[in-house]
Amino acid sequence: MKARVFITLKPGVLDPQGKAIHHALAGLGFAQVEDVRAGKLIELDLADGTSDADIEAMCRKLLANTVIENFRIERLERL
Amino acid sequence: MKSAVIVFPGSNCDRDLAVALEQVTGRAPAMVWHQDSELPPGTDFIGLPGGFSYGDYLRSGAMAARSSIMRAVGDAAARGVPVLGVCNGFQVLTEAGLLPGALMRNAGLSFVCRPVPLRVENSQSLFTSGYEAGEQVVIPVAHHDGNYQADEATLDRLEGEGRVAFRYLEEVNGSARGIAGILNDAGNVLGMMPHPERALEPAHGNSDGRRLFEGLLETVA
Repeated sequence: MKARVFITLKPGVLDPQGKAIHHALAGLGFAQVEDVRAGKLIELDLADGTSDADIEAMCRKLLANTVIENFRIERLERL
Repeated sequence: MKSAVIVFPGSNCDRDLAVALEQVTGRAPAMVWHQDSELPPGTDFIGLPGGFSYGDYLRSGAMAARSSIMRAVGDAAARGVPVLGVCNGFQVLTEAGLLPGALMRNAGLSFVCRPVPLRVENSQSLFTSGYEAGEQVVIPVAHHDGNYQADEATLDRLEGEGRVAFRYLEEVNGSARGIAGILNDAGNVLGMMPHPERALEPAHGNSDGRRLFEGLLETVA
């Protein structure tokens, strides 16, 4: 099975990379962009039967820094 | 003083830190590889050097914080052994949960590399007894991810408990409240973005960093 983990900065945490991307998009003429937040996507290939709790533990122990980041898990295939 | 410097793949200030320790304490530190699981017996000071451990993969310091030697460092810190993390070492300490908060990308997005003026906010710690309270010093920084952030309650607690060791006297990287270095609650773990080992002798431009190691030697030895 596969799972995707989306890691995003918590609301209110300054995102300088998002700001730079926003600025660059505006420079390309995309004036309709109101805000940009940059995050990470991590794809996991997992043994069948891996539990949600296991994936969440991976996120808390390593994949996300929960001081500044939130995470969301999306399972792509279920048994 | 029997010191140890932890070496991660991608550390690049480990030798500078070792030179500083040897110059000031008269004894070369043990260089301990990240895959080791134990520190040399009797280690009474641990340095985590600057650099780009694991190429800053995932987040600065994230991989190094989970390496096997960091369990031994955490155990030693819990026993009261002084631990100093400089630059990437500070990032490793926050990622390992030995210090609160996180070090994010500099607010200006640029790598910042220059001597910066700092104020010594706490001159009573194991690491800062060589300075006067409120003294201004100049120590170089060289980092891309030095923007210290924590929630307001944590920042208030750090300030209230005298755990802000150093504060920038000019805008450097967007750090909350200008924080350049913090102590843990027991006072034996210091993380700082500026590099005291790069301000050790007149040839470096100034020797303001030297007193950190001298103060440490006096309190530990």
